[in-house]
Amino acid sequence: MLITKLKDRETLEALAAGKVFVVNCHGCKEVSFPEKEAAELQKEWLEADKITGVLTTDYICNPDNMKLRLERRRAQIDEANVVLVFSCGVGVQTVAEYLEGKKVCAGCDTYPLPGYQGVTPLDVDCDQCGECYLNLTGGICPITACSKSLVNGQCGGAKNGHCEVDSNMECGWERIYRRLAQIGRLDALKCPVQIRNFATDLNVSKE
Amino acid sequence: MRITELFDRGEFVVSAEVGPPKGIHIEHLLDEAKEYLSNITAVNVTDNQSSVMRLGSLAVCKELKDRGMNPIFQITCRDRNRMALQSDILSAAMFGIDNILCLTGDHTKLGDHPTSKPVFDLDSVSLLHTVKCLEEGHDLAGNELVGEPPKFAKGAVVSPCNDSVDAQLAKMERKVMAGADYFQTQAVYEPEKFIAFMEKAKQFGKPVQLGIVIPKNAGMCRFLNANVAGIHIPDDMIKELAADKERAKAGITGVEIAARIIRACKPYCQGVHIMAMGWESKVPGLLEQAGI
Repeated sequence: MLITKLKDRETLEALAAGKVFVVNCHGCKEVSFPEKEAAELQKEWLEADKITGVLTTDYICNPDNMKLRLERRRAQIDEANVVLVFSCGVGVQTVAEYLEGKKVCAGCDTYPLPGYQGVTPLDVDCDQCGECYLNLTGGICPITACSKSLVNGQCGGAKNGHCEVDSNMECGWERIYRRLAQIGRLDALKCPVQIRNFATDLNVSKE
Repeated sequence: MRITELFDRGEFVVSAEVGPPKGIHIEHLLDEAKEYLSNITAVNVTDNQSSVMRLGSLAVCKELKDRGMNPIFQITCRDRNRMALQSDILSAAMFGIDNILCLTGDHTKLGDHPTSKPVFDLDSVSLLHTVKCLEEGHDLAGNELVGEPPKFAKGAVVSPCNDSVDAQLAKMERKVMAGADYFQTQAVYEPEKFIAFMEKAKQFGKPVQLGIVIPKNAGMCRFLNANVAGIHIPDDMIKELAADKERAKAGITGVEIAARIIRACKPYCQGVHIMAMGWESKVPGLLEQAGI
């Protein structure tokens, strides 16, 4: 699940110097988009005669779809100094790749929300590490429940059972310790030294 | 000289600590080390302590070594990946530095470069394991080293007064399994807790040095209690410091308190590690009062 927020006003004004062609993405299940704020800003720019055209559609990350739609607006795009895209990072990259040679900018910042992409915002998260540790930790993910993503036990930083980085967050490894004690699996803490593999994507062949 | 040799001989090993400056001028650090720490067995050099960017531990270790001191190279996993860590370990060995202390490290968000990328490719356990691999003549990926492999006294840290002692003991066991030869503790202010911890820790059979930070004043104590993990300074100790501000400021009360803690804990540990935090000049007096 991704959340996009408009970049701050100062940054947007600087990006939108001159004439602007706007692309708004209004649709997919994975991304939350600030439609109202974007519309308000674009109304101001329209009144100031800054905008050469506005394209609002869904799934702008679909390259074939975008190709057709952008071509129909070719004249307006050519008239603009910059194409400002209000969408998640995927949408911006799709438009930028097609309009190579044209200045294409992102109007939003994209932040992750907890929750496996494409499903629901939850309290648990999966970092897709490719070497799942859940069987060693009683079902609590050390990659996402620990600020340092440690895989060999807690660091010395926990204060009152909470993380040194975020005092609202419980120490992931204290939670793991309690869970393992609860299910009678403290022996898991005697497992061999764990070392992360940051190249697990090599295991997955591109089909 | 590896301090494990001293532990093996049954010596009570005293070490101290210096923190490099945020700059390249270490004359003051070297002068203080020479004046107050010459009789100390070994001196730790911290690695970007508290996630504050400073002059490198390795460079200062080399300078101390060149001046006849025995440095302990402190190395954390916060800033470097496994390649850079192995490289620095080999560099230390090449300089003749043979004491190392392996830590995970405070998170970058706690320091003065909070926007930097926290690395943590390895942690204290896998770092100890990595040093062990290098000692065996190969790197972490299994490639053979060229020539004689390095040899270190491998140290790690433990927090005896932490809220969850059981989790700390479990981690201590893991560190021993990964290759830890000795331990230095977080600063202790509660001898009873330390003694209870050592009762359980002695089963692992590795020497432990009691960590000491001389309390400077009541304000510092309250700050440590609120902000630093694993440290708890009891109220009556804070009152003792507040009772006479002049004596506290002169370091007299703080040294008395620290000496008391050392005397109480001495029979239960194999050494003491003093983190002077700017009060290097008080160290000789502290050791005398503590009967070391």
